[in-house]
Amino acid sequence: MNPTLYEASQNLSHGASMLISNYVFPNDLHVHWSMMIVLYPYITGLVDGAFIIAALYYLFDVKSLKPIARFSLLFAFAFLCCATLPLLLHLGRPERNFNMLLTPSPSSAMAGFGYIYAVSMGVLSFIVLFVYRPDLVERGKNAKGFMKLIYRALTFDSADLSEKALALDGKIIRFLVGLGIPVAAVLHGYVGFIFGGVKANPTWSTPLMPVIFLFSACVSGISAIIIAYIIIRKIGGRSVDSDCIRTCIKTLTVFFILAFSFEMLEVFSHSYLKTGYHHMVEGLLNGPLASSFWLWQVKICSVVPLILLGCMAFITLKDSIYTFIAGIVSCILLLQVFIMRWNVVIGGQLMSKSARGYTVFHTEWFDKEGIVAVIIIMLIPFMILFVLGKIFPFWAEERKGGIQ
Amino acid sequence: MIIKDFPPNQDCSHENFPPSIDKRDFIKKVLKGTIAGSLFLVFPMDISSVGSTAVKNSETTNNIDPTIKLPEEIPEIRDRQYDIHKQNFAFIVDITRCIGCGSCCVADKREYNVPDGNYRTWVERYIKDFDDQVYVDCPNGGLDGYQKPRTDIPLNARDTFFVPKLCNMCREAPCVQVCPVGATFTSPDGFILMDSDRCVGCAYCIQACPYSARFLNPITKTAEKCTWCYHRVRKGLLPACVEVCPTGARKFGSLNDENSEVYKILKGPGVLTVLKQSMGTLPALYYMGQRLEVV
Repeated sequence: MNPTLYEASQNLSHGASMLISNYVFPNDLHVHWSMMIVLYPYITGLVDGAFIIAALYYLFDVKSLKPIARFSLLFAFAFLCCATLPLLLHLGRPERNFNMLLTPSPSSAMAGFGYIYAVSMGVLSFIVLFVYRPDLVERGKNAKGFMKLIYRALTFDSADLSEKALALDGKIIRFLVGLGIPVAAVLHGYVGFIFGGVKANPTWSTPLMPVIFLFSACVSGISAIIIAYIIIRKIGGRSVDSDCIRTCIKTLTVFFILAFSFEMLEVFSHSYLKTGYHHMVEGLLNGPLASSFWLWQVKICSVVPLILLGCMAFITLKDSIYTFIAGIVSCILLLQVFIMRWNVVIGGQLMSKSARGYTVFHTEWFDKEGIVAVIIIMLIPFMILFVLGKIFPFWAEERKGGIQ
Repeated sequence: MIIKDFPPNQDCSHENFPPSIDKRDFIKKVLKGTIAGSLFLVFPMDISSVGSTAVKNSETTNNIDPTIKLPEEIPEIRDRQYDIHKQNFAFIVDITRCIGCGSCCVADKREYNVPDGNYRTWVERYIKDFDDQVYVDCPNGGLDGYQKPRTDIPLNARDTFFVPKLCNMCREAPCVQVCPVGATFTSPDGFILMDSDRCVGCAYCIQACPYSARFLNPITKTAEKCTWCYHRVRKGLLPACVEVCPTGARKFGSLNDENSEVYKILKGPGVLTVLKQSMGTLPALYYMGQRLEVV
């Protein structure tokens, strides 16, 4: 036995001394949900956050978000297209994935995925099509043959761009976005519930889990929109709308305060309530996750952005500096949410159900759930976005008339 | 051994009655017995000579595999109509009897060809020292048996015991609840079974099982678990691990049979516990002589 471990054990309370043997159940040595399951809630989170920005404009009339409203929709759409990829890569038998839709078990939370995803995709697709109907009508006029048919289908066979028709489009969009908010909330809240509903794992089993996932989703999505907006505009040599950035940052601040508070509340509850296995949760956060949780997730990626967001809220800054700090904060928060997902998904599995030990997770580069696969999956939405950008103009100023 | 001839007028009371046999006869009989015994091992016994009418009857019924050559171990199953809705089985592990030989693990691995590094059942070793520190280990799932004592414990061991683990067959099974495609299900006779043809390999059941009794088979890429040898039980045979246990630490039987050992234990006054009772899973796997340290 490691002498240091033995000496430490002499000074521990009874509960903590259970950890002395570091015994992991034989079937717990392998971490079954690895990076793809980290990536999946991360991607759906990006979708949700981006959709919130669009909803603020289209439903709640936050006019300052107009420059990025349409881009947010496309961003959400591009990532939603790829939300199932990590799951397919993760499944042991991906060819049977349709079993989830064909023979769903009504008692399982996971069985709802196919339906929730399909509804989300449907609502988002319709919103995009109605928002871009005038553009599609224009393109359809010049199209020939098969492409003309496609444009007719995409414009719901209506080339009417009159004031009245566009006003109706606006009403439909508001209705769909209104419908989309609960759908988006369910899509991501459900992901949180997948974890929160596992009573066998004390770090997951909390009703706070869907709430934490939902707020952190908003944080990651809004951060991603801010960064993408700044970068794409700068690359294109165009100006960044500082009013829009300021509104985004304010929204981001609210969601981040909520997300961080609930994250800390969960940890505080464990340590205060001292429920069963609390010694394991404490041991996890102070042991295998000491660096990734306390140092990275909390100190570097939460406290630092909170200070920066505080500065941005209370100090009057020049637009260029404000935009620069907004980019920095957004980058850190994107990382924060990724690390949070990592700590929940992989961190939670490091703890053996023996309540006596922790296993180790090894990252692979070229595994089907490895780092390279993660990078490829994260690049695909940007490729989709690039292609979408050729058909659907990102920015409102590129088009006159119609629904902005 | 010394064999003597006794005179006929020798007192032949009950206490010291000697066998009246000479050396030559004795050696002849030993030789005959040895040869007969050897032949008994060389030529497999004909099923009809076992005298099990149950086996003969089973060949005439449709629901029993006629290839079975083993005598019935769980009464009232093989030659009866199996009413799946009226069965009630229980599994009891007596940890005071387990010697950590690992026979059960070997039998299980052979029965199912379990891939290395995965375990349908395993045996844990608990050691408690004079400072009340608990050391638990389970090298290779206990497959090799615990043949040597641990040498890495600084204080003398005050107590040691072995704990076999397997599927708890929960009546409120979390694995069944979470399976998104219904590949894991509860059979009407109370067994939690897996349909590997339906399983998508999402591993949600593995996360949900509080006992870590499940694993993802690296070959089939589907979830797998102990079934209490359902295929054997339906043929009136005991689970493989129960059959090979040399000390009776693993007990299995029908609670409908009042003569079964599990019935007598479960209906008796002895103390039985289940693992992780607070999880609310209502296991059908009971432990006798369970210790506070066991999780």
